[in-house]
Amino acid sequence: MTEEAEDVLAIAGRWVAEGETVALATVVETWGSSPRPPGSRLAITASGRLAGSVSGGCIEGAVADAAREVMATGAPKLLSFGVTNERAWEVGLACGGTVTVFVEKLA
Amino acid sequence: MRRALFEALQAVRAAKRPVLLATRLADGAQALIADPGVEGDAVPEAIIAAAHQALRDDVARVVEHAGERWFLHPHNPPLRLIIVGAVHIAQGLAAMAPQLGFAVTVIDPRRFFATAERFPGVTLDDRWPDEAMAALGPDRRSAVVTLTHDPKLDDPALDAALRTEAFYIGALGSRRTHAARLARLAALGHAPETLARIRGPVGLAIEAVTAAEIALAILAEIVAVRRGAALVARAPAEAAA
Repeated sequence: MTEEAEDVLAIAGRWVAEGETVALATVVETWGSSPRPPGSRLAITASGRLAGSVSGGCIEGAVADAAREVMATGAPKLLSFGVTNERAWEVGLACGGTVTVFVEKLA
Repeated sequence: MRRALFEALQAVRAAKRPVLLATRLADGAQALIADPGVEGDAVPEAIIAAAHQALRDDVARVVEHAGERWFLHPHNPPLRLIIVGAVHIAQGLAAMAPQLGFAVTVIDPRRFFATAERFPGVTLDDRWPDEAMAALGPDRRSAVVTLTHDPKLDDPALDAALRTEAFYIGALGSRRTHAARLARLAALGHAPETLARIRGPVGLAIEAVTAAEIALAILAEIVAVRRGAALVARAPAEAAA
């Protein structure tokens, strides 16, 4: 989706230019009542800066953990969170939906 | 995403052209698909065709082909809000609309109103509305709102807007003003069902009083129309009335 107030890609580009290591997380699929549609992005740096979102805030922490690993290895990851997923219970997907997030390093 | 692909994506976006980022979810193979051309990793023809459809629909989705799942992520140019009349309400619209993803252009040949001081950072067009509208070419990702209250300015803009695919056309004015306006536009040859595209009085009925509140009501209506909200759906008979 293009109509986002915050241009996450532009911010990610600026961070890279500043010498930061950056990962991009993108919502690719949702089922049920998830707050952010496919295409929603979160950019995150190894130093902990965040821009954008992939949920209402419930999975950003878990996505950030995965992003650190992706930034270390360079290999992308596909993450799933949902009510049937133990990890989702842990991180608390309060909306009751299911969401798949692709995490990649901006190499 | 590889740096070269990222920079290519940003360059196409900066040029305000549509482009789609295709990602094979199994391994992160990626390509940019535009019209014409594909840049990056090899992409099956079926995925390229699906990508063009996703761009037209402006919806990001996963598509499966030959046992592989691809994420198709359209990056269309910004939505556009074309405002006719650099009046006080336009200042509110121009300030709020970018937050909703709209690139704003304000048309007003009256330079007294259309000043950079009143509209910092906003694209101002001082041509007459018919000329400006012809040049801007509203498409189905565009909204047009007339605010001047002056038929010499509003009418040509509405006349032009009705000949485009603009997804939203709104006109400020009371019910009586609007009825008179519709009669003038009908005299220009517009059919009742065409005139029914004009939202007037403009904006959702939230009892807006201040310029900012009216701007909010207009933007709320634009979002509601774009998203197909039930509260702005109109029965054909009602719409044509």
